[in-house]
Amino acid sequence: MDPIRESLLKKSHQAKLERRGRLLGLFCISLIVVVVAAIFYFVASRGLATFYHDKINLWDFLTKQAWNPGTKDSHGIPEVGALPMIVGSFLVTIFAALVATPFAIGAAIFMTEISPRRGMQILKPVTELLVGIPSVVYGFIGLTVVVPVIRYLFGGTGFGILAGTFVLFVMILPTVTSMSVDALRAVPRHYREASLALGATRWQTIYKVVLRSSLPGLLTAIVFGMARAFGEALAVQMVIGNAALLPHNLVSPASTLTSILTMGIGNTIMGSLENNALWSLALILLLMSLVFNLLIRLIGRKGALKP
Amino acid sequence: MAEKIITSQDVHLYYGEHEALKGIDLDFTAHEITALIGPSGSGKSTYLRLLNRMNDLLPNIRITGDIRLHGQDIYAPETDVVQLRKEVGMVFQQPNPFPFSIYENVIYGLRLAGEKNKTVLDEAVESSLQAAAVWEETKDVLHQSALSLSGGQQQRVCIARVLAVKPAVILLDEPTSALDPISSSKIEQMLVNLKNDYTIIMVTHNMQQAARSSDRTAFFLDGQLIEFNATAKFFTAPAHKESEDYISGRFG
Ligand SMILES: Nc1ncnc2c1ncn2[C@@H]1O[C@H](COP(=O)(O)OP(=O)(O)OP(=O)(O)O)[C@@H](O)[C@H]1O
Ligand SMILES: [Mg+2]
Repeated sequence: MDPIRESLLKKSHQAKLERRGRLLGLFCISLIVVVVAAIFYFVASRGLATFYHDKINLWDFLTKQAWNPGTKDSHGIPEVGALPMIVGSFLVTIFAALVATPFAIGAAIFMTEISPRRGMQILKPVTELLVGIPSVVYGFIGLTVVVPVIRYLFGGTGFGILAGTFVLFVMILPTVTSMSVDALRAVPRHYREASLALGATRWQTIYKVVLRSSLPGLLTAIVFGMARAFGEALAVQMVIGNAALLPHNLVSPASTLTSILTMGIGNTIMGSLENNALWSLALILLLMSLVFNLLIRLIGRKGALKP
Repeated sequence: MAEKIITSQDVHLYYGEHEALKGIDLDFTAHEITALIGPSGSGKSTYLRLLNRMNDLLPNIRITGDIRLHGQDIYAPETDVVQLRKEVGMVFQQPNPFPFSIYENVIYGLRLAGEKNKTVLDEAVESSLQAAAVWEETKDVLHQSALSLSGGQQQRVCIARVLAVKPAVILLDEPTSALDPISSSKIEQMLVNLKNDYTIIMVTHNMQQAARSSDRTAFFLDGQLIEFNATAKFFTAPAHKESEDYISGRFG
């Protein structure tokens, strides 16, 4: 046979290597998929057991205010009302995002538009450092600084939504800032040039062109920060007070899904109602993180359609 | 003698150590089209961007010399750059509409000035797009994203966007180099029609375009202005050997 033809028919060493590499990659990916699926299955099966096995009404679970899975109310139904925690989680998340957004966007504007060189020199390492600090440190600082200050200013114990908001604000600020910086940086230079050439001032350019065309990216940054705040457990648990009560003001002890979960999970017996109810809280957390993920994708897709 | 709208004397520009413009003396007559030609890297864009101070945005830049618009030194400390750029508009090489609707693109400059009256804005959109010869193609899709247009249409929308501000001078840096011949000739024809109302300064690598549409031609070479002449004269009887070599395609 013709030697060239022969060599074409024989699998080369490189082709074999590539095949092996592909198989390895495929294996790793399937492993990850299996792990994720297993986590979902586990959380869902435990979390749903509260409703199927222990016959708790889903609506009651979401709207009742008394959380005391060990005891029964006057009708003989266990007290598993998760509303206080759901409200607490959403409040700290939304407040933290509301406070963090203007700071993050302001800092991002400074770093990209006003003083890129100095901004990058100072703010970049600072934000990177802040991202790396473990959450227990944030919680500890919150406990020793923020809580006493709130107690001094507003009375009460100092624990509560306000303290939780503050700690989360500081925690998500670096993430939201650096993602906002990326969003602003992604705005092509020629948009800015076109705007300036039309007689816009620097502020007009930032406001009318840069912020406007990076809106999807900025929204993604904020949602990312919210997802992080919603899922944060340790630091919040240290400053929020962990009372499963519907918060009536910002400085009375409250709780979040994560704080009740981490507090209680070690003290319950697998398979008991107390344990299953905590898994139901975990299921809510999981579903919310899915929602945040979908939101980010949706924003990304919309932004891609109309860049 | 026609009015000199922009004058420049002994203009030097340094990018760091590199001297990109080596003493340019060049005046522009109102209601004419002036073509700036020359090989790549000769400083045409650099010079053009001086005229509305777009170079200010770059770091490490040093400018000396005297550039005046209507007799006012545009680099004087008391000159308002924002106002200058409203008088001297610019169209870039790559079409660069904002990622907004066509309508929003055209009224951008008016919005900056705080114009809110819907009738005024509507009229400005129609007249600017008409002057930029792109009204017929866009009148039914004004509220669609400008990015959905073809490159040639985008470039004409960008020109309309500049026209809406009513500048005295329009600078164009190779406005047709990214476009097909039909779009190019549409834009070329449109520029000739705009001459009555505007002074136009255009960088181009297209010799025929310069010869067809401009009144005067300035030939740059290596940061120097070699020849500045009436276009007809420049292309038939150039005064310098370098000019002749360049237009006959012997270098550059
Ligand atoms: N931002 C910059 N920083 C440093 N040097 C620059 C910068 N812009 C241009 N130059 C240099 O200045 C000289 C003139 O460049 P310019 O862009 O004005 O040329 P041009 O005539 O417009 O060329 P072309 O026809 O390719 O657009 C070149 O040597 C270029 O390398
Ligand atoms: Mg150029």
